[in-house]
Amino acid sequence: MATDAPAIPAGLTKGKRPPGLIADRGFRILALAAGLMVLVILVLIAIYTTREAWPWFSAERLGIFSDNWDPAHNHFGAGGLIYGTLLVAGVAVFLSLPISVGIALFVTDVAPQRIRRPIVYTVDLLAAIPSVVYGLWALFVLAEPLANLFQTVSDATASIPILNTLFANPSASGKSFMTAGIVVAIMITPIITSITREVFATVPPAQKEAALALGATRWEMIRGAVFPHSRSGMVAGTMIGLGRAMGETIAIALVIGSSARITANILGPGDTLASIIANQFGEASGTHRAALIGCGVVLFAITILISAAARAVVARTDRRSAGTA
Amino acid sequence: MKRITGYLRWLVPTALIVGLVPLGGAIASAVDAPAQGGSATLNGSGSTFQQPYNEAVMGAFKQKNPNVTINYSGGGSGKGRQDFSDQVVDFAGTDAPYSAADAANVKGGKYFYFPTVAGPITVSYNVSGVSKLRLSAETLAKIFQGDIKTWDDAAIKADNPGVKLPSTAITVVHRSDSSGTTQNFTGFLAAAAPTAWTLGTGSTVSWPADQQSGQGNPGVGQIVKTTDGAVGYVDFSDAKALKLKFASVKNKAGKFVAPTVKATTAAVEKAPVNADLTYNPLNAAGAAAYPIASPTWILAYQNYSDAAKTTAIKNFLNYIYGNGQKIASQVDYAPLPKNLLDKAKAQVKQVGGSSSGSTSSSPAST
Repeated sequence: MATDAPAIPAGLTKGKRPPGLIADRGFRILALAAGLMVLVILVLIAIYTTREAWPWFSAERLGIFSDNWDPAHNHFGAGGLIYGTLLVAGVAVFLSLPISVGIALFVTDVAPQRIRRPIVYTVDLLAAIPSVVYGLWALFVLAEPLANLFQTVSDATASIPILNTLFANPSASGKSFMTAGIVVAIMITPIITSITREVFATVPPAQKEAALALGATRWEMIRGAVFPHSRSGMVAGTMIGLGRAMGETIAIALVIGSSARITANILGPGDTLASIIANQFGEASGTHRAALIGCGVVLFAITILISAAARAVVARTDRRSAGTA
Repeated sequence: MKRITGYLRWLVPTALIVGLVPLGGAIASAVDAPAQGGSATLNGSGSTFQQPYNEAVMGAFKQKNPNVTINYSGGGSGKGRQDFSDQVVDFAGTDAPYSAADAANVKGGKYFYFPTVAGPITVSYNVSGVSKLRLSAETLAKIFQGDIKTWDDAAIKADNPGVKLPSTAITVVHRSDSSGTTQNFTGFLAAAAPTAWTLGTGSTVSWPADQQSGQGNPGVGQIVKTTDGAVGYVDFSDAKALKLKFASVKNKAGKFVAPTVKATTAAVEKAPVNADLTYNPLNAAGAAAYPIASPTWILAYQNYSDAAKTTAIKNFLNYIYGNGQKIASQVDYAPLPKNLLDKAKAQVKQVGGSSSGSTSSSPAST
């Protein structure tokens, strides 16, 4: 029960060193070890994969960027795969970003209080579905209607310049860059949504109320108060989504059509760095195997480049908005 | 008392981290630990082509030898060969021998190729109104390369006199994953139609972009089944399971032969066999031979560090060459012809045979 004497923290006796000090130091070492371990693991992966892929790098040299992936003739140019990876990720982000931002705005600023939580849970649930389930769903349910849609779009745009190359030669099975992009868009939507939602939630209510008090409509309030405040967070969320999209493997492997090439026909089949590893690693040996591991290294490098670029963008927008503020 | 718990507080996490490193080693050695009392565990991986057969044989073998556990995890021939050369597995399944460069890197001392069964690769098609189709190697090559676009092409008509062929467009279906089936199918085309076939031979080739692709044999079979005008290469058991129609393929002797277990054994019988029991049944001679067949082998070391493992692998191989050959045709695989079977049986005797002379690696576990 409550006593008069001030409570002495447990373990702190008079004249002795507080035992927490040692525990504190221990915790510091532990935290440091955990932090360093991430770096060590990353470096070890990079070293090991690069070493395993070395026969490919030394055999192809700059040829690794050419567009001729042909194991039967011992040519392993990953150009078509890099292109496919960027294209699918680009399509996915292009489709997913407006929807994700829309959901996030709806949840933070538009929806009535009592339905906000259920919406958040439902969107987060999307992230819990295994990617192979998305892939199989796309393969068995989505591909066929999409194939018909692609054909219709292709026919309709046959006489319009630019669009008639973009939408030419649609895949009859529905397996294409576009299909893969759509599936991945669904997969990254919960990621971008949850990050942008968190960022939107940090906008000071006073700023929003001020905008409304000045007579702004809800959209003007969002444009004038919410977006400027959350720009760097939105970029960060998009970049995490992009990274996820570039690394996605099995869902893409099922629906992209496995044809490594650089082409403007986004409704035709293609291939990506990650999906070709899934599709070909089991039977690969020699240079082919080295090339597939090398695809992992290339993907690793691209991911680092993009995330560095994202950081630069975020830093710049932060500086700029700090300047205008 | 207090002081001790204070030290413990940071001792525990440190010990945990230090302990993590040898933990990996401990797990690995636990798997390799010799089994007690004559029982043994054999782990294998590799070819998915022989996997259904292996499962059937392993099940039957287990009933006779309850203290031997055999695990076979598939993953593809390339993975099997890699695992075997890294000594991660006790045996491996493969549909192709090691290349000369890879063979030099195999750890674990001398090893053998044991041919187990063979299987025909069908050319399955779906053309409404056509129930009997005959194709020569040149025609097949042109179809799969995209040179022939419709079913009423003159080349197909020439192979099928008197058959009414529709003008349906041909939809070629190939594998989206790399596969020994692709390797053997393209190997046949390269051997039998060397001038017409330009895409080369491999577990993946650079197919024209307007073709369809499916995941695994069932994936290809499914597309063929549901697409009018489709043609694809599918292994025999999957094609049968999907009730697909198969083309008869012209063999080296000029006869059109339908894919059957018997015709495949006939092809293997005529195939020249190397000293290490590797052989190539593609485009084999003989009037009864079906020319597109997958060979498949089990890779096993000559010496195992554990005597129980040596006995187990010998028993397993002997079982494959005994009852296992009868099981083969029940699960749509072709048993080996007598000439190859006798050689294989003789080779089993060499496992564990020679003394420790050639065991260069793997310290004996005590």
